[in-house]
Amino acid sequence: MAILSKKDANLILDPLADNNPITIQVLGICSALAITAELKASLVMAVSVIFVMGVGNVVISLLRNVIPSKIRIIAQLIVVATLVIVVDQVLKAFAYELSKTLSVFVGLIITNCIIMGRFEAFALGNGVWRSFLDGIGNALGYGVILVIIGFFRELLGSGTLFGIPVLGDPIAKTGLYSIGYENNGFMIIPPAALIVVGIIIWVQRSRNRALIEEA
Amino acid sequence: MAINTEKNSYTVIFAIIMVIVVGSVLAFLASGLSTKIKENERFEKQQNILYAMGVNENTPDSGVNFIPTTVVEDQFKDQVKEQYVWVNGELKTDDQAYLIDLKKELKVLKEGGEARLPIFMGERDGQEVYVLPMYGKGLWDAIWGFMAVDKDMVVQGVYFDHKGETAGRGAIIKLRFFMDDFTGESLLEGGSYNGIAVSKTNNDPLNNDKEDNEVDAIAGATITGNGVSAMIKETLKAYRPFLETIRNN
Repeated sequence: MAILSKKDANLILDPLADNNPITIQVLGICSALAITAELKASLVMAVSVIFVMGVGNVVISLLRNVIPSKIRIIAQLIVVATLVIVVDQVLKAFAYELSKTLSVFVGLIITNCIIMGRFEAFALGNGVWRSFLDGIGNALGYGVILVIIGFFRELLGSGTLFGIPVLGDPIAKTGLYSIGYENNGFMIIPPAALIVVGIIIWVQRSRNRALIEEA
Repeated sequence: MAINTEKNSYTVIFAIIMVIVVGSVLAFLASGLSTKIKENERFEKQQNILYAMGVNENTPDSGVNFIPTTVVEDQFKDQVKEQYVWVNGELKTDDQAYLIDLKKELKVLKEGGEARLPIFMGERDGQEVYVLPMYGKGLWDAIWGFMAVDKDMVVQGVYFDHKGETAGRGAIIKLRFFMDDFTGESLLEGGSYNGIAVSKTNNDPLNNDKEDNEVDAIAGATITGNGVSAMIKETLKAYRPFLETIRNN
């Protein structure tokens, strides 16, 4: 990559695969379980977190030398909460429909441990540009997993993608349903997300054995 | 000059400055955007009322399509023939009735006070329909909506919305296939105002039976469904005196 040095590019690429916040660090699991019953909700959540993480990491990195270490967690929380409220208010004024979809997740974004984790582990000790890349990278890694889970849960649980039926009509018995296929109601409930995450972790570690922790 | 960020006085000053900065940014933003946000909320309410009345841009296979916000204000003036409030057994006209906060009024009613219950009159297929607002509780938070009824107490259209029901489950109450099931159902069972129940056992997923006072429930959304049934019952309780005055005997 010409624009980014190899080291910088890794900040974005690492969290997408070998250092994924959900599958490797097992952070941010709560929102991954709660909101992935639908692909659209997963995507909205992913985009919001990318914004909050990118900007948040930059702000924390700018302030890293002036934040007193005693109250750094509170300062970080204030930054996240402020950003989330700003996003919420701006959306309410200029993209009202989208803001209604997002409203449920606002609280979840503030409590997302990936965000606090990256502030604490990276932005407090690194420069602005690198922090920005790290934020975007981790949020993307989180978003990718969310979208994968949302895809399978909506497809298998409701037979739709983005709300559009793709497997036929379950009531009129058309498409796949005509040969006896049924939607799996289990996929809509949160435990199913845990199983999907588990399968992703399994696939990822069996492809790259270096990721398996020593027992 | 290096600052000692470990000193207590520094910590306190930092905290104060941060709170002031963040507070003013948010206050500035909130006051700057509030007119726009209020306008959006007003348009939404108008769209919802018109939707229940059947004024929308739905095509046979589409999802929920409101009329665009650019025309909603004119359409609302046009289609809503009269806005009323029902106070103390009397019907009064009030062209700001749609701005009434039903949650507050229902609370007043419960405490035995003088509640102002909004009613919107419009027309559907040449006959008068009355749109009643509804407010209730889902699983996580508030649910609300609007219901259009004719003089025979048959539902002509509904609109539901929610604050925080689970995506893919309770949130389905605002999807068209669920709302459409209510159209044609009667609020009367025998002679009494029983409302319409969201039922897991009606064995009628296509909702062909319009005489059973039931619509098919959503899998995995029992409590939200019960909330919808209860909300309709509550609305009927509050509006019953009014409904008696318009009901065809």
